[in-house]
Amino acid sequence: MRLKRPTIPYIIWMAVFTVIPIVLILLYSFTDRTGSFSFEPLVKAVGYTNVFLNSIWIAFISTVICLVLSYPLAYFMSRLKRSTQNLITMLIMIPMWMNFLLRIYAWVTLLQNNGPIDTMLSLLGIHTQLIGNQGAVIVGMVYEYLPFMVLPLYTVMSKIDYQLIEASEDLGANMFVTMRKVVIPLSVPGIISGVTMVFVPSASTFLVAQYLGGTNDIMIGDVIDKIFWSDRNTGSAIALILMVAILFFLIILNFFGDEEAIAT
Amino acid sequence: MKRIISITLAAVMLSFVAALFASCGSSYDGEINVYNWAEYVADGSSDTIDIISKFEEEYNIKVNYTTYETNEELYNMLKSSNSSYDVVFPSDYMVEKLKNEKLIKKLDLSKIPNQKKIIDRFKNMDFDKGNNYSVPYSWNVTGLVYNKTMVKGKPDSWESLWNKSLKGSILMFNNSRDAYAIAMQLCGINPESFTKADIDKATEKLKEQKPLLKKYVMDQTFTEMENNQSAIAPYYAGDIYTMMTNNDDLVGVLPEEGSNLFVDSMCVPESAENVEGAYKFINFMTDPENSAANMDYITYASPVEGAKELIDKDVAESELVYPPDSYLDKCYTFRDVDEDVYSYMQEQFVKLMS
Repeated sequence: MRLKRPTIPYIIWMAVFTVIPIVLILLYSFTDRTGSFSFEPLVKAVGYTNVFLNSIWIAFISTVICLVLSYPLAYFMSRLKRSTQNLITMLIMIPMWMNFLLRIYAWVTLLQNNGPIDTMLSLLGIHTQLIGNQGAVIVGMVYEYLPFMVLPLYTVMSKIDYQLIEASEDLGANMFVTMRKVVIPLSVPGIISGVTMVFVPSASTFLVAQYLGGTNDIMIGDVIDKIFWSDRNTGSAIALILMVAILFFLIILNFFGDEEAIAT
Repeated sequence: MKRIISITLAAVMLSFVAALFASCGSSYDGEINVYNWAEYVADGSSDTIDIISKFEEEYNIKVNYTTYETNEELYNMLKSSNSSYDVVFPSDYMVEKLKNEKLIKKLDLSKIPNQKKIIDRFKNMDFDKGNNYSVPYSWNVTGLVYNKTMVKGKPDSWESLWNKSLKGSILMFNNSRDAYAIAMQLCGINPESFTKADIDKATEKLKEQKPLLKKYVMDQTFTEMENNQSAIAPYYAGDIYTMMTNNDDLVGVLPEEGSNLFVDSMCVPESAENVEGAYKFINFMTDPENSAANMDYITYASPVEGAKELIDKDVAESELVYPPDSYLDKCYTFRDVDEDVYSYMQEQFVKLMS
């Protein structure tokens, strides 16, 4: 295909802000402080395997919870009156207009000892530590990324022709069979882009664990943040491994759906 | 209707652009780029003076003010970015590092007459012998803060951060230098200069502490302590003073072992474009009255002779903000360490947390 002139700015943009940075990360990952070729940064990065696994685990759980919560919501939304649909979309979007850190601070206040939730639970006789553990980190992540799951699911589901569902019901399928045989297969592209949009950023996120987690809940994003200032080679190597892991994950997802869904 | 809206919008946008250009054509005699810690000069809020505007009015020099969060961020900007800064505020060890790597200029002290007003203790410090590269801006020490309703007795040693009876409500610095300095002091290692073997010893000490901790934190110390979420924490003494004014149950102490005396100084980077403007700014900030205004705002101590008398009396009399000389004699000040050793320490600290 011949390049059209209007595409040139985009190509320059991608070269400067995507390709060159990736090449730099590669370069740093395979050199030492003096700039000569070395595997040392990668070896050091592998030393953080437990953090990698922990981050991927937290991202996985958050994604599953987001999917379970969003799927029915998106389905029911797509069956409502047009104006109600718009209202609900608005309500899902509004929290995203607020600064990310403010929302995390809000969760700190909600979950802290003698905070609103803790006080209510104490009245019911339940005394637990709500903040400073993995559960709190997952709550923060789910809250943060839920809209990224709901919106693609809703977009796909609102395109499903209602006559297909009616036809399925006419042929005697009950609600579960209709779901399994009609709605879910048709919404796979939405599931895939939702899962991608939640899993990828939550695996690499930082600060959430610092605010809501305890001493053991450091995530790979926090490690990169800490290491990069003193040792950019190891920092780059960790970022590279994370990129490869995410790429691997996207390839696996690829087996479940058509390629176009992954591109979103 | 739509057309009217779009015309109005276009007009509004155009007027923004026009306003931008208009402000460029102002009548300042020059400008300086100041790169400082966030919330580190009096900004006019809560009864303070707006120091930057005062300087702009007095000298007719525009100040472009930007901020950073860590010394390492400052270092990276000076080392690898093309941006030009005229005045920066590195801490002690970073002054030494910047000086050694020739990233800051030798100062012409005759252009900074107020430099003579710096108190003797803060002249000639090890990180800049002869004061040729830096003029101290503020100083303070690290200390302990505890909640008297949660802690029995009076903790007066760093060892209280290893107190098993406070398990789950102890906080610790989330910054390798400060955290290791405390552990090193308890292991009898001098935090001014150390080797990898010393770091390993201190790491063991920190590993003992980890199960007792609630969290590794920095700024969160404020909310954790002020909202009675944690019992004890190490932090910068001037900030502890602020916490105490917000919660009567908090008590600040200076650990008997001594602590870290830190000095943040003003320097002129090699990339500076308006060196004369930078000297004027440094001289202005070293004026006792202006220094006092800044210190009232940040509640750290002023190294300028005569400033202490001008600041809020309660602050000036606080042992946390102005520890007595006898205490300062027990304190140490960070020095630049070998890059290899520093990144080893950083690495061990991150490993400790994971």
